[in-house]
Amino acid sequence: MKVCRRSFLSLIIGGAAGTALSPLPLKLMDDSSIWTQMWPWTPVPEDGEVSHVDSICTLCPGGCGITVRKVRSMIGDRAIKIEGMKGHPVNDGGICVLGLSGLQLLYGPTRVKTPLKRAGARGEGRWEKISWDEAIAEVVKKLGELREKGKSHTVACISGTDSGTTAHLLGRFLTVYGSPNFIRIPSIQDSYELTTYLMQGVQASVGFDVENSDFVLSFGSGLIEGWGSPVRMIKANSMWKERGKVVQIESRLSNTAAKADKWVAINPGTEAALALGIANVIIQESLYHNDFVNNYSSGFEEFKQIVLNEFSPDDVSEITGVSASTIESLAKSFAGASKPLAVCGRGQGETPGSLNEFMAVHALNALVGNINKKGGVCAVPYPDYIKWPEVEMDRTAANGMHKGRIDGAGSKKYPDTRYLLDRLPDAINSGEKYPIEALFVAGANPVYTIPDTKAVKEAFNRVPFVVSFSSYMDETAENADLILPNHVFLERYEDVPTPVGLQKPIIGLSKPVVKPQFNTKHLGDVILLMAKSFGGRIAEAFPWDSYEACLKKTLGNKWDGLVNNGFWADSNFRPAAWEGAFNTPSGKFEFVNKGRAESIKIEGDEQAYPLILMPYDSMRLASGFIGAPPFAIKTVEDTALKGKDIVVEINPKTTRGFVEGGYAILSTPKGQAKVRVHYFDGIMPGIVAIPRGLGHTAYDEYLADKGINFNELIGPVEDPVSGLNAAWGIRAKLIRA
Amino acid sequence: MSTLDDKSEETVEQVETTKSTGKEQKNGSWGIVLIFFVIGLVGSLAVGWWIFPKLLYSQKKQPIDFNHVIHVAAVEEGCESCHFFREDGSFSGVPKLAQCVDCHEEVMGEDPNEAKFVEEYVAKGNEVPWLVYSRQPDCVFFSHAVHVKMGKVDCVTCHGHIGESTHSRVYEENRLTGYSRDIWGKNIAGLKKNTWDRMKMDDCAECHAENKAVPKIVETLPWPISWMPRPYEKPASSQIKVHIEKDACFVCHK
Repeated sequence: MKVCRRSFLSLIIGGAAGTALSPLPLKLMDDSSIWTQMWPWTPVPEDGEVSHVDSICTLCPGGCGITVRKVRSMIGDRAIKIEGMKGHPVNDGGICVLGLSGLQLLYGPTRVKTPLKRAGARGEGRWEKISWDEAIAEVVKKLGELREKGKSHTVACISGTDSGTTAHLLGRFLTVYGSPNFIRIPSIQDSYELTTYLMQGVQASVGFDVENSDFVLSFGSGLIEGWGSPVRMIKANSMWKERGKVVQIESRLSNTAAKADKWVAINPGTEAALALGIANVIIQESLYHNDFVNNYSSGFEEFKQIVLNEFSPDDVSEITGVSASTIESLAKSFAGASKPLAVCGRGQGETPGSLNEFMAVHALNALVGNINKKGGVCAVPYPDYIKWPEVEMDRTAANGMHKGRIDGAGSKKYPDTRYLLDRLPDAINSGEKYPIEALFVAGANPVYTIPDTKAVKEAFNRVPFVVSFSSYMDETAENADLILPNHVFLERYEDVPTPVGLQKPIIGLSKPVVKPQFNTKHLGDVILLMAKSFGGRIAEAFPWDSYEACLKKTLGNKWDGLVNNGFWADSNFRPAAWEGAFNTPSGKFEFVNKGRAESIKIEGDEQAYPLILMPYDSMRLASGFIGAPPFAIKTVEDTALKGKDIVVEINPKTTRGFVEGGYAILSTPKGQAKVRVHYFDGIMPGIVAIPRGLGHTAYDEYLADKGINFNELIGPVEDPVSGLNAAWGIRAKLIRA
Repeated sequence: MSTLDDKSEETVEQVETTKSTGKEQKNGSWGIVLIFFVIGLVGSLAVGWWIFPKLLYSQKKQPIDFNHVIHVAAVEEGCESCHFFREDGSFSGVPKLAQCVDCHEEVMGEDPNEAKFVEEYVAKGNEVPWLVYSRQPDCVFFSHAVHVKMGKVDCVTCHGHIGESTHSRVYEENRLTGYSRDIWGKNIAGLKKNTWDRMKMDDCAECHAENKAVPKIVETLPWPISWMPRPYEKPASSQIKVHIEKDACFVCHK
């Protein structure tokens, strides 16, 4: 028997036929497709018992309720997904891209895993791991030395918030230690609080009843781009589609403008004049709310004179570039709506802005009588559950507290402003008052978020001792001497009082969803430990064993409800009636706006810098103290970030000298950057728009070294009344690279 | 001539003989070819039907041999005593140690398996790494509550008469996918006699089609959804009624 080629082929054919008649091909195909899902690098959630934890997201001041799904596996609990909490008064089931990506901030590579002490030069990135005992001892030693020398006032603390028990503990520690320099991160909250204080005489947070408003006049607020509580605003915006109107006044066709019923393109920085122009028409045509204006307001006559004399639609048209007829129709539809609401604060509201503008816009709300009304603006009292005994200061502390704040808030020049962080770098660099010897940073990333990065870094270099409580290796932590990492929001307890812009007082409770992943410690506990080490009056001011005990005691009978429901809402709350709502000297609403709506002059010479650079915000980019996590960065469009390059928008009418997507050098008096150019008809000619939230040097490979931080290109501009940063842009030039 | 004739005859004969031997040879070689074909056919059939399944599945033993019959007899509420629904409606599935410990804090019987269980797991507080015959891939969303509570499907329909078993079966793990052989079914051709023999997507779909198992109420966000026909009615709560004529992919693949 000779095996020939024919036989061999026959064997193959037989084999093929047999294989085809066997289940092998089908089964193998099926299994290999499942096999591709089982590759070890494919992320697959652990199998195990599923449970849900209701908590509060503290990644932005929005205060959304979240429900975190977690799985109990062999190696412990693992959080799998963050979803919006159904029934929460802020977001009722909704969630934003940052909140959704929160798990990457828990499990991601940017966490600071243990207390660190700087080993190399500042910012060099060389760290030595130390124990918590050593870390706390080091801080206490340094603070003790300063206090002994009578320099307790040279300690400053930058905090992301001033509400909630942790921030109160921090403030209390500074007070009893002897420093007046507790500084909150600036935002439109500062301007709104000041406006309410000056016009209504109350210290309160400002709430907007956006759900019930039927005409929203927005002076540049990124209503669906992260202004206020982002998810709540997006939901409100959906409601307005059905039963309301939105007018967006902005120099750029933002998403908010594109989705609005009317977009009014305005010369940038002239919003206050437009508000007063609208007031002019309302007063001229007697469209204002008679009862409110006549019986509950004061200074109206003076206000009326100024507005009628100086802000006629024609005059305003010249300033703002908005036609007189548009101003008139805006005024009529605003005053004619049943529940009109005017809001301001540009973009996400991270720059406080001009007080004049806030007061002009608030005056519009007063004219239509929507103060403390359904669908209007109301002063929401701060929840008063933190009732700790007054601190007893010793002589050193009292002396320190009398030294006056380094940032000038509460000084003769800016008597009513509470915090002026934007003035801090200059105050440190110029040395006009006193040097800062130690700086604490908690829940904030000032090296990234404060304008004029160069000056901020210089100021940091002048402070001999910087302590960061950041959970992440952010820009500020990189420039610190000591990092005492806090738990991240999914690992800690935290009370979250009334979120920004909410019209009723609520308290949310952020709860640990999983055990701390690393050797981190709750900031509250760190403060308690520091206080204990000091002994004396300082220790006496903190009679709690742990932060959790302190929180439980502070919340008292609300605790159980908070643990079960995730939030506590005051169902009996009604905004104060006009009678008795105003605590001004006159007891009425004050139209104190002197009407001088001078636009804030931005930095830079018009000859050398013919264009204006303005930032814009997006829901996809976190521009606050939290950097955008990888999931969020993936959603950023090509017209904002192309590869590693930031893209700026210019109108084709500005110049035709660039190639779409080509490189250009963008320079301002503060710095310059290489950018790509995108032609966009939605940006006003003469303006260059740049996205915020990029240009991080810290964080992970997904975020770091992409684009440029807008704060490197701009410096603060002091508002003449409040001292807050009112810069809405900076002069710039763009040349082909 | 004769010589010539002889020669020529010879030649003819020779030619004939060569011809006939050629034919025989040809027939023989085709036979061999056929044999090879049959070898190939039978061999590959054997590989496909017999060797392949043996290679594909590894045989694993459960960490503890479990007797359902004894347990079902000892408990009061049948399957649901151990395989119960949690308060939130989720299903407990394979019991955790915590449930076993209720009875097996100490050794109760004489079975060496129980002694091993108490010694190795209960005493040390370690969960038993049970091998789950019915585990589906992660891309499958399956809710026991919907099937058992609402659809009134019997446990047996999908799990077979597992409650009548006195020993744990050998767990056959698919070397490629890591899942149990029970999903594809014992029959390598994928044929089944009973509803519980196979649990592939077609088997789910079969029952869904028969029973028109269509979700009527869908939990969703309390605002209008882009794919809803306009003008839409605003839902009063976060539950809206959605009527879908056919089963959609996302019923199981969320």
